[in-house]
Amino acid sequence: MNRMEKQVVVILPHPDDESFGAAGTIAQFREQGVPVTYLCGTLGEMGRNMGSPAFANRETLPDIRKEELINACSKLDIDLRMLGYRDKTVEFEDKQEVAKDLKHHLDELEPSLVITHYPEYAVHPDHNAMGAAAVEAVRLMAPEKRPVVWAQAISNNYTAELGQPDIVNDVTPTFDRKMEAIMAHESQASGILGQFRESPALSDDLQEAAKQQLGVERFYVWNFK
Amino acid sequence: MEPIEVEKVQHILESYIDKDVYIHLETTNGAYASHFNDKAYNVGAYIRNAQVNFSQAKIIGDGNTFRAGLKLELGWVYAEGLTEWTLHKDNQLLLAGHDSEGRLMVALHISETPLGQ
Ligand SMILES: [Zn+2]
Repeated sequence: MNRMEKQVVVILPHPDDESFGAAGTIAQFREQGVPVTYLCGTLGEMGRNMGSPAFANRETLPDIRKEELINACSKLDIDLRMLGYRDKTVEFEDKQEVAKDLKHHLDELEPSLVITHYPEYAVHPDHNAMGAAAVEAVRLMAPEKRPVVWAQAISNNYTAELGQPDIVNDVTPTFDRKMEAIMAHESQASGILGQFRESPALSDDLQEAAKQQLGVERFYVWNFK
Repeated sequence: MEPIEVEKVQHILESYIDKDVYIHLETTNGAYASHFNDKAYNVGAYIRNAQVNFSQAKIIGDGNTFRAGLKLELGWVYAEGLTEWTLHKDNQLLLAGHDSEGRLMVALHISETPLGQ
């Protein structure tokens, strides 16, 4: 987090990936006045969480998540572009076509930094596919124009296979902003936060558990050689 | 969605008989099942906006969970574990089953017009 970025572009497939994965880092960039644009791949149409208690169903979920995404991005004060792919299908799209689509945005925005998922180490097939397409989009750029890429791994085995992440960002200073962004994803937040605790607990404990899980954001700097 | 009321749902199911209708049929245990439990497998399937025409339809259960079967000319559509229903946009019957955390496990939707993309 030392050098000053010119423009940051976040490329992730689901509404809420940005909040759970990178909102603390994003908030730090915004505090420095760095513009951040989120290219969100899908509307999370196939998510299982319907709110707790449920207020969504499979047919209403896309519109609800779109609204939540817009709210989260306004909490984080970032620009949002929705790419219109469909949840669970990104890996079945033509990778080069997705990469070209992403490259159009990158050519226009000229970011100094791209944040995405680490292909093959990001658990959800959409994460892996969108991460791979983002890396490919940057690779297609002329080497002198390429932004730095920070790739986020999620899988249980990632440090064993990839070593320690290059960026280990303590986001406690912006943690409240991060939680606000997470909570904007109303239909998803409680279901996902609930996975961080073993047994039913009070909301204070949940906040604490969330801080342990979400208080540090880790990224690998992609090597294009 | 509301707990399934058999008579109402049966009545709506029958309203689709002998019509070309669009279905969404899905089952899932989520994309993170094996991430949180290394003994689990991710299992899921969905088919969206498949057009079918059925001659017979029933919803059957024990009062808590239900099964639905639609008899096609050449086969069947079947869903198990349904617990809740709603009528979406007036003409789309949504049936679904959720786990104890409220997460969707199974869904069967039937509509006379294509379901949203
Ligand atoms: Zn995701």
